Amino acid sequence: MKIAIPVNENKSESSICVSFGRAPYFMLHDVEEKTTKYIANTAAEAQGGAGLKAAQLIVDSGANILLTIRCGQNAAEALNAAQIKIYKADGLGVAENLAAFLEGKLAPMTQFHAGFHGHQ
Amino acid sequence: MKLAVLSGKGGTGKTFVSVNLAAAAGSAIYIDCDVEEPNGRIFLRPENLISKTINIKQPVFDSEKCTGCRKCVAFCRFNALVYVKTKPMLFSEVCHSCGGCRLVCPSGAVSETEKPVGNVECGKSGDIRVVTGCMDLGEASGIPVIRAALAEAPDTDDLTVIDCPPGSACSVMESIQAADYCLLVAEPTAFGLHNFKMVYELVSLLHKPCGAVINKAGGKYTELDDFCCEHGVPVLLRIPYSEKLARLGASGQIAALSDSEYAEMFRSLLGDIRREAHV
Repeated sequence: MKIAIPVNENKSESSICVSFGRAPYFMLHDVEEKTTKYIANTAAEAQGGAGLKAAQLIVDSGANILLTIRCGQNAAEALNAAQIKIYKADGLGVAENLAAFLEGKLAPMTQFHAGFHGHQ
Repeated sequence: MKLAVLSGKGGTGKTFVSVNLAAAAGSAIYIDCDVEEPNGRIFLRPENLISKTINIKQPVFDSEKCTGCRKCVAFCRFNALVYVKTKPMLFSEVCHSCGGCRLVCPSGAVSETEKPVGNVECGKSGDIRVVTGCMDLGEASGIPVIRAALAEAPDTDDLTVIDCPPGSACSVMESIQAADYCLLVAEPTAFGLHNFKMVYELVSLLHKPCGAVINKAGGKYTELDDFCCEHGVPVLLRIPYSEKLARLGASGQIAALSDSEYAEMFRSLLGDIRREAHV
């Protein structure tokens, strides 16, 4: 099982990034292999459709699970089609959220926001 | 002359000024580009309506022919395509109908289908030709309907009034593209001035000559006048708040057709605009 998390930096002390589509990096944690790698999010600078481009990265990374603070409707639809499950992260700690997820303490995400389309 | 009437903030009186200018001109074309809520027709009540459906093109992917090369996904600058499992998945409200995916596909797997997004209604109100763009509920972009509505205006010596959507985003840019002159309608309030500055910036970027109409004028707030003065924007008309105008508007009447004083006010405004625009 591979878990993807949007993060602010490509190192283990990093916090979770509150944005999914525009997070600078994605952390990819392989639970069985106990390995962690970081992929740069090439969607972060996209003018529009950043969530969809980021979803493509997650789909291609082979992740099965996404832990995130928030996620847009379009990205959720793409991830859903790829059978990637989305869980709502609780707080910004990466290690804490990974542990909480593995203990079954995180809830599947049920609220997806509409596009920001240039608004904040 | 093509005259675009716009405002940053909604509800400042774009439609009020637009329909009155068309009425004061007598023979004119009125185009409602405020496709999310086209209200000009409530006042102009056009007859003999002919409605056209407006379609956009959307790509369709044939999974038999798709080899999974992803050239289309990489090409789409709007990121409307995500490759999931065996073929690209389309996010239709992100798609801008550019047709690029079909052009770059090396295996002919992309065809196009038409999707309705709204309609354009044409009719007559006396000597005013009334064109109304109406976007379907739930659509993300009004641009295709705005383009179709603007295409209904022939090149003519008559006045063409383009009643724009509120704000200063893409749909407004599209609406004023062909305008010879832009009339900015604003209320003298802090909120009004804030949004006035945004539309002023837009028309300046597009090098459009412009003038202002201050609606519900006469209060203590002078910053809007100060801004116009500093930036050389001529204030062509100040319309004081009046209960009479409010009553006429609320009952769907056009002031310039109901009252000789207002008829004269808008005729005079039109003369000033023509002078400013040199048309």
